[in-house]
Amino acid sequence: MTLLHVAILLPFLFAIFVPLLRKYMPQVHTGWFVLLVPVTLVVYFSQFLEVTGNNEAILESVPWIPALDISFDVYIDGLGLLFALLITGIGALVVLYSVYYLDKHKESLHTFYVYLLLFMGAMLGVTLSDNVIVLYTFWELTSISSFLLIGYWNHKDGSRYGAQKSMLITVFGGLAMLGGFIMLYLMTGTFSIRGMVEQSEVIFAQPLFIPAMLLVLLGAFTKSAQFPFHIWLPDAMEAPTPVSAYLHSATMVKAGIYLVARMSPIFAESGVWLWLVGGVGIVTLFWGSFNAIRQTDLKGILAYSTISQLGLIMSLLGIGAAALQNDGGENIYIAATAAAVFHLINHATFKGSLFMVVGIVDHETGTRDIHRLGGLMTVMPITFTLAMVGSFSMAGLPPFNGFLSKEMFFTGMVNVLEMDFFSLETFGFLFPVLAWIGSIFTFVYSMRLLFKTFTGDLQRDKLEKEPHEAPFGMLISPLILGSLVVIFGFFPNILSINIIRPTMASILPSLITQGETFQVDIFFWHGFTVELFMTLGVITVGTLLYHTYPKWKRVYNVIPKSLELNSFYDSGMHHMQRGALNLTQGVMTGYIRNYLVAMFIFIVGLLAFVLIDTKSWNVTTENTAPIGVYEVILAIVTVVAAITILFAKSRLTSIIALGAVGYAVSLFFVLFRAPDLALTQLVIETVSVALFLLCFYHLPKLGRNEERMRFRFTNAIVSVGVGAIVTIIALVAQSEKLFDSISSYYIENVYEKAAGKNMVNVILVDFRGFDTLFEIAVLSIAAMGIYAMIRLRLARRNEES
Amino acid sequence: MLGFVYRLIIGPTTPDRVVALDAIGITLVSMVAILSILLDTNAFLEIILLIGILAFIGTVAFAKFLEKGVVIERDRDHS
Repeated sequence: MTLLHVAILLPFLFAIFVPLLRKYMPQVHTGWFVLLVPVTLVVYFSQFLEVTGNNEAILESVPWIPALDISFDVYIDGLGLLFALLITGIGALVVLYSVYYLDKHKESLHTFYVYLLLFMGAMLGVTLSDNVIVLYTFWELTSISSFLLIGYWNHKDGSRYGAQKSMLITVFGGLAMLGGFIMLYLMTGTFSIRGMVEQSEVIFAQPLFIPAMLLVLLGAFTKSAQFPFHIWLPDAMEAPTPVSAYLHSATMVKAGIYLVARMSPIFAESGVWLWLVGGVGIVTLFWGSFNAIRQTDLKGILAYSTISQLGLIMSLLGIGAAALQNDGGENIYIAATAAAVFHLINHATFKGSLFMVVGIVDHETGTRDIHRLGGLMTVMPITFTLAMVGSFSMAGLPPFNGFLSKEMFFTGMVNVLEMDFFSLETFGFLFPVLAWIGSIFTFVYSMRLLFKTFTGDLQRDKLEKEPHEAPFGMLISPLILGSLVVIFGFFPNILSINIIRPTMASILPSLITQGETFQVDIFFWHGFTVELFMTLGVITVGTLLYHTYPKWKRVYNVIPKSLELNSFYDSGMHHMQRGALNLTQGVMTGYIRNYLVAMFIFIVGLLAFVLIDTKSWNVTTENTAPIGVYEVILAIVTVVAAITILFAKSRLTSIIALGAVGYAVSLFFVLFRAPDLALTQLVIETVSVALFLLCFYHLPKLGRNEERMRFRFTNAIVSVGVGAIVTIIALVAQSEKLFDSISSYYIENVYEKAAGKNMVNVILVDFRGFDTLFEIAVLSIAAMGIYAMIRLRLARRNEES
Repeated sequence: MLGFVYRLIIGPTTPDRVVALDAIGITLVSMVAILSILLDTNAFLEIILLIGILAFIGTVAFAKFLEKGVVIERDRDHS
């Protein structure tokens, strides 16, 4: 247990004390105590910057389940540290924001902060674990804590629906990911990610390579809200705004990005990886930005915007994999990975601040509907400035950091045109085209977000509260994030040395040798390049589209409601439930006869299959005894009596015929020299016939109509089948006696060892007395059961009367 | 014995069947006795006694059932 492990577990440990703090110090907002955790952690993690800056990594290990090769390995390299800093840094800002956002008296703060701390710890665990099983454990913890946080206001239907939806989708992906991890383990024999990376050549050659990759990607895509699994994210907006800002823009949705980046060294050699990650990313980018424009809820816009920006990062990671195919010369495809890492940071800053801004607007006006908002610029100047910085950065305008990452994004996408492998020369042109169109839509919704909220007329009558500027405490966090947007915009290279380079070294480890670093320099001015003209085009066409939106918004009605992904999900859930219900109701009829038919058909089928499959139906008559005339007569009597039972008109006849069968059987016992059996059989048969008569007498009047048993074809077939199969098996078993019986031992020792001459009785009470003991127990239980049934029924009847 | 079995199956009334059953029982007694002679053993002599007793009890029970509708009367019903 090192300090690193303590750092990851610190949020969990602190979460234990949160309810106590709330209970015993109610006068102080619980958030202030919680704030200590991420602040401590961010200070602690920033000291590793120096280590990773030199492309070194730290590995600490604590055994957890050594027998299964599972240990809690913490591995800090550039990529892990970047995420750890994001999680703790934005975590601190979000906790600070939530102190002012959530009311001390109205909300149950302790549950909120417990969930939030659970999430923070789980997220740290995901990004810093080297063991895939530990990673998966933390991964599911993020799903669960996210579920709890989305459903925080659990009195609202929307919250519960959103929480359930996100849970189902992310856990589905998580399980797929676990399957992928286990396949990787089967291929490499290790759970360690570093161990897998070392054996990536081995994995590449195995048949399980593609299934493992698909399953791992399924986990990443569901978590990161990639097309078509993005549908849970807009519904997760029912969560409190600090949660949306933290989980659904900066951290949890980037867990999938993290996984893709982390697994790149293992899978990226394959063309399937490039096409899947790049293709799904670019489609998500396009679809998310296209749908963001139609949203009227501010958080809805931001949710689809998050989806599209995650798609952007994902597609860059996919294209970055092309760098591995390039041998010799200047490797231009590395730029895509650099852009991905840079945009990852940028997106966390501006999206976090935008969510907080939207939260402020909601908090101060009482609505998030852009039709009711407007003209807030003069009322809330600081919020407006923050929103402007965030939106312009999101749209990719200079001088903010979004501009830089968008330029790098275009560079990466334009480079696709030069690829001549994985059949990219045929369809590769789609990447820059979709990227450009997606960026135009991004520009349009960013502008709608900003100008529909803050410009125009102030509609006081539509607002629930008199709008005013937010308290200063609520503005601190977005102010910090907003200034980061500007700082990273003007001085992007401060990130380059300590963060982007080591992160790229983790994503593309095979491309650098020891002690070497990637050369990443980010400049505002590239000269008159293609990217610059693309950006100019984005701004021109975007402005045009923004102003003509009312004219073309009918485009969104082209896709009918029934074909939307959400209604697929809803009707899918509905049909699954209905299907399961119908299946259960169809099979579980409640009639014993149906169950019996099923059981007997199964028995006959199984036995017949085994008989035919093993070809063991040879019947010989070698071991059989000669048939005497008495046996024949008795057999005829028995058969006649048995058939009488089946075809008797009255139940009484059936009972008497049953008695006849019993007596005939006892006669068989006599014939085959079993005097004890014959005695017992006679007595038992008499008693049971008497009992049958008792039942017959007590039958209710209604069911007493004396009617011949109705003939049912299925039943006849099944019963004939059962009889035939049992007969065949008895004959087969008889003809294949493999060894002699053990009865000679009993015959020799019945008097010498057990002092008895009646061998049946000696076996019953001496050689195998245990069976007899428990048969006695069975009889007593039966007797007591009958007594209890009769007495309890009598008692109840007395009570009623 | 086959004749009794025929009566047992066809027997137009229940008493016919009961008498057939009783007769079958007694026939069984004789069959067991002859079997014992054939098999040259005295292990089955108890069965002869038992069949006799059971056939009697069974026939009485049936008769009572047919007569009164119950086999064992409850004292309380009469008091």
